Amino acid sequence: MVIQAAKNIIENNVPQVKTPKLEIKEVGKVFKTKSGETTALEKTSFSVSDGEFVTILGPSGCGKSTVLRIVAGLEEATSGQVLIDGQEVNGPGLDRGMVFQSYTLYPWLTVKDNISFGLKLKGVSQKERDDVARHYLQLIGLEGFEKHYPIQLSGGMKQRVAIARALANDPKILLMDEPFGALDAQTRNIMQEVLLKAWEDSKKTILFITHDVEESIFLADSVYVMTARPGRLKKKVPIALERPREFSVKGSVEFAQYKEELLSLIREESLKAIN
Amino acid sequence: MRKMIAKLLTPNKDIPKKLYSTAGLVTFLLFLLVWSVLTYGGIVNPLFLPTPTAVLTTGVDLFVNGDLLSDIGISFTRVLVGFLVAALIGIPLGILMGSLKIMEGAFEPIIGFIRYMPASAFIPLLILWIGLGEPEKMSVIFLGTFFQLTLMIMDVTKNVQNDLIEVSYTLGAKRGQLFTKVILPAALPGIVDTLRITFGWAWTYLVVAEIVGASSGLGYMIMQASRFLQPDKIIVGILIIGILGLLTDMIFKAVYRASFSWMRKDGL
Ligand SMILES: Nc1ncnc2c1ncn2[C@@H]1O[C@H](COP(=O)(O)OP(=O)(O)OP(=O)(O)O)[C@@H](O)[C@H]1O
Ligand SMILES: [Mg+2]
Repeated sequence: MVIQAAKNIIENNVPQVKTPKLEIKEVGKVFKTKSGETTALEKTSFSVSDGEFVTILGPSGCGKSTVLRIVAGLEEATSGQVLIDGQEVNGPGLDRGMVFQSYTLYPWLTVKDNISFGLKLKGVSQKERDDVARHYLQLIGLEGFEKHYPIQLSGGMKQRVAIARALANDPKILLMDEPFGALDAQTRNIMQEVLLKAWEDSKKTILFITHDVEESIFLADSVYVMTARPGRLKKKVPIALERPREFSVKGSVEFAQYKEELLSLIREESLKAIN
Repeated sequence: MRKMIAKLLTPNKDIPKKLYSTAGLVTFLLFLLVWSVLTYGGIVNPLFLPTPTAVLTTGVDLFVNGDLLSDIGISFTRVLVGFLVAALIGIPLGILMGSLKIMEGAFEPIIGFIRYMPASAFIPLLILWIGLGEPEKMSVIFLGTFFQLTLMIMDVTKNVQNDLIEVSYTLGAKRGQLFTKVILPAALPGIVDTLRITFGWAWTYLVVAEIVGASSGLGYMIMQASRFLQPDKIIVGILIIGILGLLTDMIFKAVYRASFSWMRKDGL
């Protein structure tokens, strides 16, 4: 009796170690090609907690896309495992949405039907699909474009639809592989704000790859810097800038300090990649 | 003027639409002109090449008094059925070959081999197997189109962007849905275009199919006319096949335009 009571007290008071939303455990990847084996990813471990916005920076070819594709279930790891809420993932799933750098909208579907594509696959009713699509159209600022086809949209608009389409499925984690990489600087800045708004609205966990140091700081709770190939986590840089973030934060002193730190980390690795 | 000529000779440069269609008309009229000069001018024996007016009157006469309409109907049915069977098998097979490596591995080599065998060379075998009836005629059309069609559909399917397939997986597409909701709609414009091109080929196999053992149809009519030295009738037959081919081509193009407005910026 007493022992049981004591046990209860202990159990209830032990600070719960929050299991991370996403855990990457010793994940490695070797590609076999005609010209031999390429180690794209050395055993890498890191974790992302619920609702966290993590950006990944790293020199070209260091395995950023590879990690993301493994998390998405589009690529199989050679070693290690990926856990979501403690469950190992095998293959793609509805709990992980993805946005690619290339515009991957369905060209034969309207903006609205693109956004509700995942819901339609699940057999959600037309009415509910319309409601969800309307919500996201508004969130990404594309009301009035629901009947347009992708070919009639600019690059930035296409990526907004791609983000809305991924979010409409209500995944736990949103994976983004240089989604703004093909956009011009101005559009890019606007897209960053659109994405932050969508993130604040939906409270998703986001893993976001970029080459752009400013982008990585502006968006992130933490920036993960990777080493040159074979890639692994080099450093985790928490970003303590206030939320919600305004565009003006890019001119602040703290921002400049983060930028300097990250630039020198990246430079080190990029030099290694060259030599 | 100089600027205009420079514009005409610059690769990929757009020219006024009117000029474009006028150019086509001029070529056509030139062709008629050469024909007229050769025939009305008495340069060529009318036994080899009749005058345009002789061809026209023969054509009208065949329509009014002859079997031309029923010949057209019979030939069109043969082409259509032979082609439809080829498409009905070729489209699903091509899609599967373009998306599943095992299907490609199994069928690509044999189809790639057979397609180099001339369809006309199979006619004696076909007659041996299924006789001289309609199925034999349709089989020639089938053999002439099926293999090319299947390989072309396979290529169209292979060209579906891999990113589109991957993003569909992340959106929850099951394997079956991937075919019906992604691969098929993505490949559809290419499929319709392939059908348009191969249907054109089907017409060219018609005469071959009707050379042996036929007693009706445009090809038969042409062969008969050759026997009885009626070049005007031959030319009428050839022109009608050409016109029918052109018409079906236009129908396919219209279907394409109407079905795939999403491929055009103006959506029209
Ligand atoms: N399917 C594949 N087959 C063979 N090698 C591959 C494959 N995919 C990636 N690689 C190799 O793995 C390494 C890492 O590739 P990855 O695309 O993950 O890099 P990245 O960090 O995303 O680069 P970038 O910043 O240029 O997008 C590269 O050397 C690449 O050549
Ligand atoms: Mg990449």
